[in-house]
Amino acid sequence: MPIKTAYQAKVEYLQIMDEHGVVDEKLAKDAMSDQDILELYQYMGKCRVLDETAFKLQRSKRMGTYPQNKGQEACAIGAGFSLKQGVDYLVPCYRENAALWMHGLPMHYIFLHWMGDERGNQIPKGVCQLPLCIPIGTQMLHATGIAWAFKMRKEARVAMTFFGDGATSEGDFHEAMNFASAFQVPCIFFCQNNQWAISVPREQQMNSATVAQKALAYDMPCIQVDGNDLLAVHKAAKDFVERARAGGGPAFIEAVTYRLADHTTADDARRYRDPQEVEAWVNKDPMIRLRKYLTAKGLWNDAKQAALDEAAKQNATEVVRAAEGIEKPAVTDIFDYTYAEMPRELEIQRRTMRTSSLGQRPEQAGLNAPGVAANHE
Amino acid sequence: MPRTEQMIAQGLTLVDAINEALYQEMERDSRVVCLGEDVGLNGGVFRVTEGLQKVFGPERVIDTPLSESGIMGTAIGLAMAGMRPIPEIQFEGFLGPAYDQLVNHAARYRTRSRGAVTVPMVVRVPVGGGIHAPELHSDSPEAIYAHTPGLKVLMPATPYDAKGLLLSAIRDPDPVVFFEPKRVYRSYREEVPEGDYTIPIGQAKVLAEGTDLTLVTWGASVHQCNDALDTLPEDVSVELIDLRTIAPLDVETIVQSVEKTGRCVIVHEAPKTAGFGAEIATTIQEYCFLHLKAPVQRVAGFDTVMPYYKLEQQYLPDAAKVSEAVMQCLAY
Ligand SMILES: Cc1ncc(C[n+]2csc(CCOP(=O)(O)OP(=O)(O)O)c2C)c(N)n1
Ligand SMILES: [Mg+2]
Repeated sequence: MPIKTAYQAKVEYLQIMDEHGVVDEKLAKDAMSDQDILELYQYMGKCRVLDETAFKLQRSKRMGTYPQNKGQEACAIGAGFSLKQGVDYLVPCYRENAALWMHGLPMHYIFLHWMGDERGNQIPKGVCQLPLCIPIGTQMLHATGIAWAFKMRKEARVAMTFFGDGATSEGDFHEAMNFASAFQVPCIFFCQNNQWAISVPREQQMNSATVAQKALAYDMPCIQVDGNDLLAVHKAAKDFVERARAGGGPAFIEAVTYRLADHTTADDARRYRDPQEVEAWVNKDPMIRLRKYLTAKGLWNDAKQAALDEAAKQNATEVVRAAEGIEKPAVTDIFDYTYAEMPRELEIQRRTMRTSSLGQRPEQAGLNAPGVAANHE
Repeated sequence: MPRTEQMIAQGLTLVDAINEALYQEMERDSRVVCLGEDVGLNGGVFRVTEGLQKVFGPERVIDTPLSESGIMGTAIGLAMAGMRPIPEIQFEGFLGPAYDQLVNHAARYRTRSRGAVTVPMVVRVPVGGGIHAPELHSDSPEAIYAHTPGLKVLMPATPYDAKGLLLSAIRDPDPVVFFEPKRVYRSYREEVPEGDYTIPIGQAKVLAEGTDLTLVTWGASVHQCNDALDTLPEDVSVELIDLRTIAPLDVETIVQSVEKTGRCVIVHEAPKTAGFGAEIATTIQEYCFLHLKAPVQRVAGFDTVMPYYKLEQQYLPDAAKVSEAVMQCLAY
C-alpha cells in the first residue's frame, strides 16, 4: 500500500504592527484606520488605569481578589471592536474587561463583582454578554449554544468566547470545539495565550507547539496572532466574525500575549516566574507600540498623553464612586434569585433568616407567616 | 521538612500539619505522589504542598494541566497500578468537572470488579466559605460525596486531627475525599506530635462533655460552635461532637450522647435541605426516639446558592445563630 498524506495543515502567524510601532504597510492597508487606532488607544489607556485602580483597591482592602488585565488589552479591544454592539454576544472569562465595557457593561459592574457583590453580574437589558466566568473552561460550551441558537433562528449574529491557555486543557473546551464544528455554528473561540495558567507555563500545560493547532483537529480555521498588536488581533477577529456571520461557521484565534501582573492579587508570581522574562514582555506592551505609532504619525504628543492620563484618572474616580456608593445588598438578595418562583420552605428561611424550625410551623412559633412571594423582578 | 522556629514555639497551623503529613508519608512510602494544579513549584495556592517538590522532585509532586477530570481520572489509574496518588482539586467548586471520575469510577471500581481492582487514593480539597473568595470557591458539598457509596469523606477541623487523619487516609485501601476547611487553614496554631500517628477514620471526637444538649458539627463550624459555647449561660451543659469523619458516620458516639442529653442541634455550612445534618437527624430518631425531649434542630446554610462575600457572613452559621438554636431547643 502506498503511503499518502491523509491530512495536512498549517498555522499562520499574523503581526501587523511590531513592538516599535512600525507597521507592515501591505498588511496594514485593510486593517484599521488611524482614527480608529487613535480612539482605541485612548480607550485602552482608560482601561489600563481602571485595572491599576482595581489593584490598589484590593491592596487597601476595598476589593476582594482581583485578576489584572494589564498587558492584554489589545486582545479584548481588538476582538471586541470586531463585534456589533447589541447584536453579537460576548462570553467572557475574567481577563477581557475592556471588551465587556466596550459593549455596554457599565464599568463599575466589574468592580462590584470583585467587591463580592453579585449585582455586578446583573447584565443590563440589551447588553449581549454573560457575566464573568470563574470556573475555567466552562463557558465555551455556552457560547457554542448561544451561537447555535442564532443559527437555528437564522439570525446574522455571532458569539465570541474568551479563555486562557490553561482553559484549553479542560474537557469542556474540546467538547465546545467539536460541537461548534460539527454543527457549524457562528462561534469565535478567542484564546488569550498569556503564557501562564497561575504558576504553570504554557509549555508545561500542553505539549503542542501552538494553541491554535488544536482547532485543526476540529477542522476549524485558525490563526495565531501577536496578541499585543491591536491591528493584528482586530484583523483576524474581523475576518472570522464576518465569515461566521455569513454562515461560514466557527473559527479559532490564538492571541500570543503575556500576563504582566500576578495571576491575581492573591498570587505572587515571583515564586515561579523569571523576572527577566517579565522584563522582556514589558517592552512588548500593546500601549507602548501604539503610542510610538501615533506619535510618529503626528497624531499624538506628550500634552495629549497628559490629558488622557487625567481623563482616565477622572473616569476611574467616578467608577470607584459608583461601585462604592451603592448600598450593601439586602440580605434577602441571597434568596431572591434562586428560582423564578420562591418555594414555600425557602420563603420561610427568607423571612426568619434561620433554618432551625423549633419543631413548629413558623406561624405557631409567632414568626411572620410567609405571605406573598418576594418581589424579585 | 524540619519544623520552623515558629512551629516549634507556637505549634502548627492546619496548613503546616497537612504539609507535614504529606512530607512524612512521601518519605516513608515511595508510592505516594501529589498531583494537581499549581501544587509543585508554587506549593499550591494555599501553600499546603509548599516545599515538597524541592525535596521529592517534579516526578512526585506534579504540576498537571488545568483539568480536574484529567487529574481525577489519571489518579485513579495511578492508584490501580500500585501508586498512592494524592490528587488536589484547587477548590471544592472545581470538583464539578471531576465528578464523573470520582463518583462513577473511583467510588465504584472495587464493587464492580468484585474487589479485583481498587482505588487507594486521597483527594485533597479545600472546602467552605468565609475567605472572601469569588464564586465556586466557598461551597460545602460534603453531603454529595457522603451520598456516594464507596467513598470515605473526611473533614478535620484541627491541625492535630488533620495530620492523623491524613496519614490514615493515605494508608486506607479505598478512595478518600479529604476536605480541608480553608477558613481554618491559618486561623490558629496548636501543638501537633512530630512523629507518626494516625486517627482512625470513622471516629468522632467529643470536644466538650455535657448533659443538656448534644451539638454535632464538623469542619470550620466546629470553631463557631466552640465560640457559641462561650456565650451560653454557665448552667447550660452542652456536649460538643466534632464528626471529623462524615462517611462512614460514627453513629455510636452520636447515639450515646443523645441518649444522655435528649436534645440535639446539628450545625453545618452546606444548605439545609438534603445536607448531611438530615442524615444525622434521621439516625438519631431511628436510634434514640424515646430519649428525645425536643425535635432535632439544624443550623445550616440556606437552601440557596452560596452568595458572594458581601453577604456570606449572613449565609454562614455563626456563633449567635448556634447559641440561639441551642437555647430554643433547650426551652422546648
Ligand atoms: C475549573 C477550574 N479549575 C481551577 C480553577 C482555578 N484557577 C483559576 S484561574 C486558573 C488558571 C487559568 O489559566 P488560563 O486559562 O491560562 O487563564 P489566565 O488566568 O492565564 O488568564 C486556575 C487554575 C478554576 N477557576 N476553575
Ligand atoms: Mg493563561
